[in-house]
Amino acid sequence: MGYYIKKEDVEDLVVGAAILGTGGGGDPYVGKLMVLQSLERGEKIELLDIESIEDNSFVVPVAAMGTPVVLIEKVPSGKEALYSLNLIEEFYKKKVDYISPIEAGGINSTIPLVVGAKRKIPVIDADGMGRAFPELQMVTFHIHGVSATPMAISDERGNASILSTIDNYWAEKIARAITVKFGGSAWIAIYATYGSLYKKACVKGSISLAIEIGKTIRTARQSGKNIIDALLDVTKGYYLFSGKIVDVSRFNIGGFARGEAKIEGLDDYKGSTLIIRFQNENLVAIRDNEVIATVPDLITIFDKETVKPITTERLRYGLRVIVIGIPCNEKWRNEKGLEVVGPKYFGYNVEYIPLEKRIRNFN
Amino acid sequence: MSKYKIGIDVGSTHTDAVILDENNNFVAAAKTMTTSDITSGIINSLKLVLNKANISKDEIQAVMFGTTHIINAIVQRKGLNKVGVIRIGLPATEAVGPMVDWPKDLKSAIYGADILVKGGHEYTGEEISRFDEESVIKTLHNFINHNIETIAVASVFSVVNPEHENKVKFLAERICPNIPVVLSHEISTIGLIERENATILNATTIGVMKNTISNLKKSLNDLGLSHAKLYFAQNDGTTASSEYISKFPIFTIVAPISNSIRGAYVLTNIPNAIVADTGGTTTNIGALVNGYPREALEIDISGVRTNIRSPDVIAVGLAGGSIVSLKENDIKIGPVSVGYKLIHEGIAWGGNILTATDVALGIGYMNIDDPNCNPSLILKKYDKEILLKVYKKMIDMLEESLDRIKTRPEPETVILVGGGSAMWPKKLSVASEVIRPEYAQYANAVGAATALIGATVEKAFSYEQIDRSKAISETAKEAKERAILAGAMPTSIEIAEVEEIAMPYLPGNAVKIRVKAVGKLSL
Repeated sequence: MGYYIKKEDVEDLVVGAAILGTGGGGDPYVGKLMVLQSLERGEKIELLDIESIEDNSFVVPVAAMGTPVVLIEKVPSGKEALYSLNLIEEFYKKKVDYISPIEAGGINSTIPLVVGAKRKIPVIDADGMGRAFPELQMVTFHIHGVSATPMAISDERGNASILSTIDNYWAEKIARAITVKFGGSAWIAIYATYGSLYKKACVKGSISLAIEIGKTIRTARQSGKNIIDALLDVTKGYYLFSGKIVDVSRFNIGGFARGEAKIEGLDDYKGSTLIIRFQNENLVAIRDNEVIATVPDLITIFDKETVKPITTERLRYGLRVIVIGIPCNEKWRNEKGLEVVGPKYFGYNVEYIPLEKRIRNFN
Repeated sequence: MSKYKIGIDVGSTHTDAVILDENNNFVAAAKTMTTSDITSGIINSLKLVLNKANISKDEIQAVMFGTTHIINAIVQRKGLNKVGVIRIGLPATEAVGPMVDWPKDLKSAIYGADILVKGGHEYTGEEISRFDEESVIKTLHNFINHNIETIAVASVFSVVNPEHENKVKFLAERICPNIPVVLSHEISTIGLIERENATILNATTIGVMKNTISNLKKSLNDLGLSHAKLYFAQNDGTTASSEYISKFPIFTIVAPISNSIRGAYVLTNIPNAIVADTGGTTTNIGALVNGYPREALEIDISGVRTNIRSPDVIAVGLAGGSIVSLKENDIKIGPVSVGYKLIHEGIAWGGNILTATDVALGIGYMNIDDPNCNPSLILKKYDKEILLKVYKKMIDMLEESLDRIKTRPEPETVILVGGGSAMWPKKLSVASEVIRPEYAQYANAVGAATALIGATVEKAFSYEQIDRSKAISETAKEAKERAILAGAMPTSIEIAEVEEIAMPYLPGNAVKIRVKAVGKLSL
């Protein structure tokens, strides 16, 4: 038996998910309300450790894809993903034993909890990123050879389809096109696999980590302790910078909304400048012309006053911020992983060097 | 014959009134204490300002209010209407019902019933599903049986296509013509839950607004001002007739804050600047952009998240009455304040509490024209060196807050207004110039008195479905129509602002277009 999610866990989870979202992943507000309403209805959400997953069990990750702005207006019914799950079961002629998140950051950390509650299926405490990323092939399942398809995609009306593609990049492309026809948001059951392979391919413990991060911040705040210190402790992260945003520019390159924030150092960092480059998520941090952190390591910006993470669309001149870096999951730190989510994939001509090593070199 | 306008601002401690002539020249001003019922304080202020001005009451054309009636009613959960909520969007939206994260006591004070029905639109304007007319008709009959007093309607993407919300209104006018219906597309923008919340808050305060208007009208009658037209300041720095505001009370909820920013513009004629309004307890800092307050994305109203248009301000607990505590080398200023008791408890008035005003008086940075105020008392108790240190810290706090509201690194003009603003210096590091205009202490009432009639309309379009210029002109046409409804003279209406906001990651060039139309009062 696993752990049953409580109301205060949900508040903690969305705080942690926003931090693991590294500036992207969508506003978890609607996701939080969905889970809270589910609990209020008396539905149960069981979180399972991966150790208790049987090798021959059938595991199916579920997620929402599309535009955050659609999700905040066309709020989900909570049943959308069930159409995908049903179709997957029909197609595989097999009952789904466990569901899983594909990302730990942003709104997709909460979606599987609602689906699990509705279908009374346990949710595995793991995901495929350990953070947030914008595309379907950017998951550890992909680099461990799990096929995204046959996958199911559905909407709130009950329209649903099975996709079979030649590779996982095509799954991203076609699913994205269908999402548009569905009205800008869609619900997927993807990377279906057996417990044995899932256990090798996933980032384990990411939901409980998000909850733990939120809880650490909450208790530090209540007891008047230094919130950032407590956060760095629980995430094994690094304090990268503190200063004031003096410029935010946004531009369009190759169809992607990219941007850059310039932060002028304050206090211990006076005289120094940090540049953060982002595309949905924060991707590269450069201090005085030297790169100090890159994707897939996590870069999160906090409002210094409220100590709350700031999403990339909310960055603006004048904010006092603290920037921290968190080492990504080891599964990304190899040739295959970096090919999919390394700085070069996002168009930055920078070698990936692990955050810990960069910090050591810098100091 | 000259024509006069009265502007009234209700603050947390003072209610101010000013009389201006038709060229916005100052005629008279008065300050009285705010009362717990608000209205009697307004009457006191009106009486006083009328006494001071040597004009005939017949020449007063308009009385313009910036008031806290609505926010107070919500905060105190008093006089609120029982609301029936109709949400249109099934099969979508079911996972988050109406009012799920509202404060429990507020919800129980106003909740009547809610229902989710089929219908609503996609961002492209196509239907999610067919509008479920039958359910709506049944619901409206039910609402009558449940003594629902007002109805709030929110449909998915009604800012793109309001058709289904309009259908509910059409049906309600036939089935329950005496129950006011509020449609979400007339209240705010994209973000269903936040817009629905704002719509419910608007619906629940309709009765409070009606009472307020009828009480104020009665008072104006008693004062011999029955001929004067009544206007209410709106959150976006414009004003609207009482008839219009009786349908949209939520638009007045933070108007006093906008009034001070707008008033700073009128008093200085500087359209782009940072404005700091220092009262007794807080300093509100906002930005003037082209003569109007810069707006925020969302605003929390008494624990309810909404997305109504409201000024982007930060409130700092640093103002005239802020209490200064000195413990060894630790200086603490605010956020606790003596408020209106400054003139009894402040050191300069013979009291025992060191306030921010005392600090500025003690080091000789300001003078107060009050026979009971004796700055020499301060230096008898405190060392000037220490006071200078405290004053420096006050300025640091102000400068940091000013800097947070700025949008670019270059120094900007800073306009200081409000009753407590005299304590600030003539130079600030973040400012290219610091201006404290004459009548700075009446900026809010001036802002109320000089506001233009205005209406803002925000709609969403996909440029794949509609030509860009057509989308803009369609939105502008609607904004003009609403400005006329709000009481503007049709021939005087101008488009004050057109803003086009791309919605990221949506195909088909999806945009939000926001148009603000303003015009003169049709007197």
